[in-house]
Amino acid sequence: MTSRFFRSAVGIGLLAVALIALPFVAALGGQAWVRILDFAILYIFLALGLNIVVGFAGLLDLGYIAFYAVGAYTWALLASPHFGLHLPIWVILPIGASLACLAGVVLGSPTLKLRGDYLAIVTLGFGEIVRIFLNNLNAPINITNGPQGITLIDPVAFGSFKFSGTTQIFGLALSGPQKYYYLLVTLAILVVVINLRLQHSRIGRAWQAIREDEVAAKAVGINTRNIKLLAFAMGASFGGIAGGIFSAMQGFVSPESFSLIESIMVLSMVVLGGMGHIPGVILGAVLLSILPEALRYGIGPLQTAVFGKMLVDPESLRMLAFGLALVLVMRFKPAGLWPSPTRQRELAEAKS
Amino acid sequence: MSEVLLEAKAVAKHFGGVQALREVSLSIRRGEIYGLIGPNGAGKTTFFNCMTGLYVPDGGGFVFAGAPLLADAPHRAAERGIARTFQNIRLFGNMTALENVMVGRHVRTGAGIFGAMFQNAATRAEEAAIRQKADDLLHYVRIEERADDLARNLSYGDQRRLEIARALATDPKLLCLDEPAAGMNATETAELRELIDGIRSDGTTVLLIEHDVKLVMGLCDRVAVLDYGALVIEDVPAVVQKDQRVIEAYLGA
Repeated sequence: MTSRFFRSAVGIGLLAVALIALPFVAALGGQAWVRILDFAILYIFLALGLNIVVGFAGLLDLGYIAFYAVGAYTWALLASPHFGLHLPIWVILPIGASLACLAGVVLGSPTLKLRGDYLAIVTLGFGEIVRIFLNNLNAPINITNGPQGITLIDPVAFGSFKFSGTTQIFGLALSGPQKYYYLLVTLAILVVVINLRLQHSRIGRAWQAIREDEVAAKAVGINTRNIKLLAFAMGASFGGIAGGIFSAMQGFVSPESFSLIESIMVLSMVVLGGMGHIPGVILGAVLLSILPEALRYGIGPLQTAVFGKMLVDPESLRMLAFGLALVLVMRFKPAGLWPSPTRQRELAEAKS
Repeated sequence: MSEVLLEAKAVAKHFGGVQALREVSLSIRRGEIYGLIGPNGAGKTTFFNCMTGLYVPDGGGFVFAGAPLLADAPHRAAERGIARTFQNIRLFGNMTALENVMVGRHVRTGAGIFGAMFQNAATRAEEAAIRQKADDLLHYVRIEERADDLARNLSYGDQRRLEIARALATDPKLLCLDEPAAGMNATETAELRELIDGIRSDGTTVLLIEHDVKLVMGLCDRVAVLDYGALVIEDVPAVVQKDQRVIEAYLGA
């Protein structure tokens, strides 16, 4: 008991040290890598939000990025010269999360009678509708500034402490992306804790029950409609918060950041990593956000070194490798790279 | 005799041209084991589904514990105190036996999202109580040693028991069992009989749909017979057994 406690304490300590040191290690390869790291954590955040909907409640949502867009645009409109508003983070993030939550309820209430593929199609449509709205809401009243997007968005700031630019702390120079990294890690840990707690709660069990057998879930008294809506609303709120941070970090948003491929990316992270299994989802998010970047930086120079010139555009090669990876994982590890022990057992039994 | 717990009033249901239920009226009294029998396709399960809110009846309705039951709200039926099992077992296959029963407590507990996120004292106490109750119920149906196994890996008889435990977890006033003895051998049936008898002695009224006529006649206080969606007779087993119409319905004379 004590030795186990000791071991997990050491494990957590090592993990903490690694998480603290990571942005400095990444900075050795340039600030671009710190930014990639930031985005990886932002994707963890998103993937964990979607995991509530897809992994826990078993609702296939292909329009998840719409909630991210709602959060991003909320931040962009409330903290930029576009409307001349510069509200503090305490005000914007809750508004962004609530609006995204509301969007989740608005999408969910008419559609949650649908199941599986049908729900996927409707949510896909919803995601596109939101993007097209953002694209066209510049006339007659200019709300979103259309395809040009919104620029000069305020960074995250607590009082006078800004997350953009370099600050000196205890003789250490912290760059903007490094500061965002620590903010994002803190938030991500919070989201992981919330996810874990939700999973092993009355609500989490109800989600799982609905995923397993909706009729039986109704028969034991679960109000399936409300509980599914709750999953949608929770997932959407997380998406909204992630969107706000994204907007502040980039300083710029435009509708093209919220295309269908983004929804599919986040869904792939959840599915590839291991649906419903939090460590798996984190792994999926890290792999799918860092590997393409690594390929982008690695393939170009590699080609010039081997062939003396660039043969294939790294960008298209990236999608090719991505597709191949998806096919391979689905073929050899259909439950994901790191599935929950239960799912693993399930598949092992199905095979035997 | 004791008070009426559930009253069906001229319940009718048709699927396309098939009249599955023809104005079925019957009443179940508090504390009894009530049998509902009839040949295949007589409308027993349809009656069940109407009662538990899975189907909306085309006519008539139910009064349960003094107030009408709303149609098309299965979760509300459970809330009111009607629990059921299914003819083709419907467990949450990839959850453990214990978790299955814990889900059954959903309707009698109240922790929400914020309780789950902040893990306040009330939520933790409730969670412990859920766990305790689920443990007790697994003991009650005598599958406590399978608590941590996935429901789908339980033997057929144990799955039936688990489904009953899950239904009991909702603290029902009326427990409806849809062919619980189907596919069981003589020993398992005898054990099931003992279990159902025990549930009744503990104060829960039982409605039993069953093909096993011997089980029904031996166990039930009163029996109703359905044939072609219509009620043939509702009486004590001794009378039902001798009724000419019942014999005809079963033998197809």
